[in-house]
Amino acid sequence: MTASVFGSDRRSFPGRLFIVEGIDGSGKSTQLSLLAQWLRFEGFPVVYSEWNSSPIVKLTTSRGKRKKILTPLTFSLIHATDFSERIERVIVPSLKAGAIVLADRYVYTAFARDVVRGVDPGWVRSLYRFAIVPTRALYFRVPLEMALERVLSGRTKLKWYEAGMDLGLDNDREESYRRFQLRILEEYEKLVTEFGLHVMDATQPVEVQQKLLREAIRPYLESMDVDTAVPDVRSPNDPARTA
Amino acid sequence: MPRKFESYGVPIPGVDLGDLKGWLIVIEGTDGVGRSTQARLLRTHLENLGYAVAETGLTRSDLASNGIRRAKQGNTLGSTSYNLYYATDFADRLEHQIVPALRAGFVMLTDRYVYSLMARAIVRGADRDWIKQVFAFSLKPDAVFYLKIGVPDLVPRVLLNGGFDYWESGMDLPMGEDLYDSFIQYQSRVTQELDLLSREYGFIEIDARLDIEANSLNLADRVSKLLLAGPQRVELG
Repeated sequence: MTASVFGSDRRSFPGRLFIVEGIDGSGKSTQLSLLAQWLRFEGFPVVYSEWNSSPIVKLTTSRGKRKKILTPLTFSLIHATDFSERIERVIVPSLKAGAIVLADRYVYTAFARDVVRGVDPGWVRSLYRFAIVPTRALYFRVPLEMALERVLSGRTKLKWYEAGMDLGLDNDREESYRRFQLRILEEYEKLVTEFGLHVMDATQPVEVQQKLLREAIRPYLESMDVDTAVPDVRSPNDPARTA
Repeated sequence: MPRKFESYGVPIPGVDLGDLKGWLIVIEGTDGVGRSTQARLLRTHLENLGYAVAETGLTRSDLASNGIRRAKQGNTLGSTSYNLYYATDFADRLEHQIVPALRAGFVMLTDRYVYSLMARAIVRGADRDWIKQVFAFSLKPDAVFYLKIGVPDLVPRVLLNGGFDYWESGMDLPMGEDLYDSFIQYQSRVTQELDLLSREYGFIEIDARLDIEANSLNLADRVSKLLLAGPQRVELG
């Protein structure tokens, strides 16, 4: 069964896939959009992909959340459905075309969050077998209190599932959220070693982090000359293509 | 023999299988083979015997049925998403229909189960081990009745029942020049996969070419015996 877990799809593409992970308030999205801007400025074709973004599947996810009928299992499955849509419709075609794909959250979000909800860790890793292994996965490590402060200051009420209310940790939304995030943080730390995530110190000033982020991905761009990056237009049946 | 309900290896988060009584009976088979007719007759028979019966079938979930219908209209989903959407629909029905019915001691009749979903997925290129693993949270049924038919015998039935359906003909792939060609190819492949699953999971095969009455009596007889062989499930150990 080892062939049926995330990581078994080792296809290589002309493009590059960089992903950012971290709990809410880790600043990963800010860093990713700054990175996108820089890459575009450098002349690379950039494609941006967000968690929970497929329009069709979103209807079901919203319905489940509104009616509060999502369980740990269906929560996990509907997000995997959504994610596979992104993989099939956006990520793989863009990588084939030679783009740099930037993904805000990736399979590791599911590995952390679903497992906290009680889903079997081995099962969720096989569920995401179809996902492409990223060129580099960057994890924005931040202390819980700092992230909470960023998220909770001056924002509207936390949503039910966002606060992890379905876990029954606490009746108070903010307290539930706090405890939920702490557990997710603990799961992320396990993933760092398991998948060799590149750890970014998210307590640093934004511009310092951005400098480090660019340095971290630069080596993967070197073989990717902007002028010679040509899409692979060979037929899918050409054996040289999958070789 | 009393036993506990169990899954195909992965627990359903937050669900204790120990308190499930009832019976889970599956009717499998390709489109147009007469599954719903048999389910209806079986239900009446069991109710006459005094058993409480509940039914479910593909895309009947509260959560995902609308989404799947919409996705199919535009034919916009990729094959992995399609497989996972159906898995979501199944999981929702498992947790909100099947498990509660079993807990209440009902006979749960299901018109197709994970096996049809696996067969369709494999025909659409999914890795066999992967799709089985995806459904590893599903419950092992008490019995799976497989209404088996060859494609040549299936064609006239489908014609009588309103013709070839786009999806049941695998036109999303497609597997032939037109609906008919694709239907033949697609249903042959699905049947092939169901036959493999039948051997692997020990389905009870029913010759769907026989008349409805005969098959109905056969099913009623087998299920009645299964139920009478109870006592209902008790905790082991």
